[in-house]
This record gives sequence, structure tokens and C-alpha cells, in this order.
Amino acid sequence: MGMTATQKILAAHAGLDCVSPGQLIEARLDVVMGNDITIALAVPEFRKAGAAHVFDKDKVVVVLDHFAPNKDIKAAMQCKTCREFARENHLKYFYDVGRMGIEHALLPEQGIVAPGELIIGGDSHTCTYGALGAFSTGVGSTDLAMGMAVGENWFKVPSALRFRLTGKLQKWVCGKDVMLHIIGLIGVDGALYRSMEFCGGGVAELSMDDRFTIANMAIEAGAKNAFFPVDQTCRSYLAEHCRKTWKAFEADKDAEYEKTYDIDLSSIRPTVAFPHLPSNTRTIDEVGLVELDQVFIGSCTNGRLEDMAMAASVLKGRHVHDRLRVIVIPATPSIYLECMQKGYLRIFMEAGCAVSTPTCGPCLGGHMGLLAAGEKCLSTTNRNFVGRMGHVDSEVYLCSPAVAAASAVTGRITDPAKLSMETL
Amino acid sequence: MQTARGKAFVFGDDVNTDVILPGKYLNVTDPQELASHCMESADPQFARTACPGDVLVAKKNFGCGSSREHAPLSIKYLGVSCVIASTFARIFFRNALNIGLPILESDEAARAIQAGDTVSVDFNAGTIVDETLGLTFHAEPFPPFMQKLIACGGLVNYSKTKIAARSS
Repeated sequence: MGMTATQKILAAHAGLDCVSPGQLIEARLDVVMGNDITIALAVPEFRKAGAAHVFDKDKVVVVLDHFAPNKDIKAAMQCKTCREFARENHLKYFYDVGRMGIEHALLPEQGIVAPGELIIGGDSHTCTYGALGAFSTGVGSTDLAMGMAVGENWFKVPSALRFRLTGKLQKWVCGKDVMLHIIGLIGVDGALYRSMEFCGGGVAELSMDDRFTIANMAIEAGAKNAFFPVDQTCRSYLAEHCRKTWKAFEADKDAEYEKTYDIDLSSIRPTVAFPHLPSNTRTIDEVGLVELDQVFIGSCTNGRLEDMAMAASVLKGRHVHDRLRVIVIPATPSIYLECMQKGYLRIFMEAGCAVSTPTCGPCLGGHMGLLAAGEKCLSTTNRNFVGRMGHVDSEVYLCSPAVAAASAVTGRITDPAKLSMETL
Repeated sequence: MQTARGKAFVFGDDVNTDVILPGKYLNVTDPQELASHCMESADPQFARTACPGDVLVAKKNFGCGSSREHAPLSIKYLGVSCVIASTFARIFFRNALNIGLPILESDEAARAIQAGDTVSVDFNAGTIVDETLGLTFHAEPFPPFMQKLIACGGLVNYSKTKIAARSS
């Protein structure tokens, strides 16, 4: 029986010729990543296990992005724990405030992750790097600690769902809409324990930023990982960002999939997930009147340059609605700099948005824009669970940067295509 | 832990980690303090009313969302003896085993058990008994690999031998 690309990467890292779904393997890790929240919890476990140092100082990555810049004294203590751990271990890739970006935008940008690699991260959105043809999955702090100590971990080989993409996205539709559409279709456990393998002619129509967004939200369908094939678009991205040697894996022709979904990209409309599940989706044509208190544009899902460009193209010459607070966070320092050079920051600030240094803060209700009881936020993030961005009685709606920017102007959820010229 | 017995607290589908342990508490590492906020967004009384040994029961996809180990830690340190669900989200599943929080998958049990029922669990046999209803259920047993990991007391102990071998 043939293997999927995910299964092939796992087999290669376990030193096996082939693996099959359900099989438990122990596999070698190429990159182990953690952040200020998960490393802080992992360090005591690391020490408890008797580990003196990390398995490889060039393969353990620490990014202080969640509650950094330190949101309070407790967060400051956590960041201090991580900082000391990184220094003790002479980590090559340690990102502190000033150089730090949101991890899942930062690692690909800095060329730390590459095709064919096996990556674990102490963050559920680690599945993002599947966009580069890697096997990449989120783990908790104990797995993270042991991964850092021994450079290997156990995995259950996942079965697969195949998503065959055709067609081309319409104007104002992006990777976020594709993934919200898919999660709406299969549900928040539609891919539970499985890999989501993307293929078909439509893949070539997606930019790398679109692919990162799609792979990022695989966890929101319960998936173990996402996988995109390495094509010309991916190779061009790697040529610009990554100096590692890497190997591309492809699925066998006779690989088995539990189910195949055919997705026509040209039929996808801008999509919004209503409270309180990412699967609770409606197209922009079905949203009705939803008046907002806050709009957030950023996060590991949609804080990349194309996201900023899309938001800036809508907000150029327009103004944020009187009733709204709008927060924009470019995901990494280099995206921030590019936003400055391209004039996006001026557009955002002249429109009345607050622009912040990189942090995950608002997405998980940490800091930098929490919601009060009864407030509604439209957000380009990835989760809209009860209380996700603040008070337990607040509401989060998920959407693309284009829909978020258009809605920032009108104060209610709005189709960017219908944004009146009068708002200019 | 071979057996557990306690009162059932019942929750629904897709109970996510933001509900189990809200993000605003992720600056906390003390497990007892985490426990005091356990399930706060779903039932603010839970952390005060649950007693050591009580059993948490939920439907499909329990623990979906974030990888935060703070979520299973809060349940464990509250003294919950077992989580029974129709299915678990995969990162939560891994985290629970890695920290030694007993969990069992049984759709039948998860659907039948009512809030307040007295439930006993035999982990070796994989049986769940709802004493109030007089019903017995059989959970999926763990694969041998996992049993070994659990027998070691979780992933830290399991990895100790490897770490010792590496440094010698």
C-alpha cells in the first residue's frame, strides 16, 4: 500500500521503509520550538527528567511572543525563565522582544523550518509549517520538554483526508476564506487525529501566505497536521528565506485517503465564523447586521505581509468608524518594517488604527485589546471560543483581513466588494 | 491509579481549552492556582463544588483548541480522578497521558452518564460503571506502547533512561 506525504516523512524520521495508519513510532526531530507560555512550563519538566542541556542547540527554538512584551509581573517571570534557559543552552535561535515575531510567521521567514522536516512545537498552531511540505504538529509542554532533551518523540501515524483544490480565488477572497469554508464543511473535529493533505491544480493559485493561513488552521478541524506539496511557489519562497538543505516528499500514487473533498476555489465567498466555534460559518452574503466594538487584524493566522497589504488596500484614504477600536499587529519585525516602507503603517494610523509591535496577546485574551462583557470583536485570528478574547460574555467573529478592514470602516460586518466609494 | 470512584460532572461537545483554562491565566504555573480556575468559563462553580475523586464526563472532541498543558493540569490538580469522553482532541489526549491524568474514551458511557451519578472506573479492565443507573461500559483499552509509558508514570520518567544514556 502506498503512503501519503505525511506518512513518508514520518517513516523517514523513524528509520522505517514504510508505516501505516495507527502505527506507533519513535521518530527523530529536526526542530523543537516553544514560546514563553509553553517553555516556562516545560523547563521544570526538563530538569525533573535529569536533562542537563538540550539535544542540539541549533535545533531548539524559543520565541517570547505570547505575553511579551511582558504583560505583567507573572509574565515577566515566565519570560525570565525562558531567557535564562535559552542562554544556559546557548540556543542559536532565541527571539526576545525587538527581534521577536509571532512564532508561526517568524520560523518560515527566518528559514528555520524546511520541507521534509519533522517539527514539533509547544503551540497548537505549529501545524502551519505543513505549508512548506514539512510534517509539523503542536504538542504540550511535557512533550516539548522531552523533545528538547532527547531530540525524539513518539507519534501515531495518522490516516489522511485529501483536499483536491481546483479553480482560482475571486477578488477579496483569500486563504482564510478557504479554510473557514473547509472547517464549516467538515466541523471542528472533522479531521480529528488525521492529516489534511492538499493537492490539485488549485494549489498553484495560492500564495505562500494563503497556504500558511490554511495550514495554520488545520488544528481548528482537529487535524494532527496539514501538508502542501512543494511546488514552484514554495521553491521561490525557500530560495528567498531558507538556506537549509531539504528534501521534498510526495504522496505515492496509490496512497490511501479516508475521504477526498473536491474544493472549487472559484466558488468560495468571503466567509465569517460566528460565535462560538470556527465551524459556525456563514458566507458574507448571509451575515446580516452584526455591529462591532473592536476589529483585530493580525496573529499567526493573518499577520503576514499579504494580510497587511490587503487590509491597507481597503483602508487607504478611509477612516475607522467612530464606535470602533481597530488594532493592527504585523506578525514579525521584518513584516513591520516592510509595512513601514510600503506606507501601510501610515495608512493604518491615518485611518485611526492602533498599530502594535508583534505579540500574540489579543488573540488568546492575554493582553493588548481584551473584550468587555457584551462586546463583539471581528478578528482575523483562529478561534472564537467562549471567552477567547476576554470576558466570558464577549463574542468573537473570525474573518479575512479584507473583511476585517472593510468592517472597520462601517462598524458592522461588511463585504469589501460592497464598501461604498463614499467612504473614501 | 487502578480505580476511581466519584460523582459525575457532565459537559457537552467540543469543550475547548479556552473554556477549561482561559488564556488570561496562562501566566500562572502553580498547578493548584490553575486548578482554582478549572472549567471556569463553562461552570464557574465547578472548581468549588468538585471533590477529589469526582469524574468529568463530556461528549465529542474534549480539549480541542490550544496545546496548553495548563488545561489538563488544572483538572488533575483539582483532584478529578478520570475524564470520560466520546472522543478527545489529539493534543489534549497526549498531554493528559504525559502528565498522568487518566482519561477514557467511551461514547456509550459519555452519552449515558447523567450529572450527579456515582461512577466508578477500573483502569486495568477498562470498565466504567454508572452505579446510579446500574450500567457497565467498556472503554477502548490503551495500546501496549501507551501502557508502558503510563506504567513508567508518564513521559518524563519514560524519557529519563534515554537522557541518562545520552549523558553517560
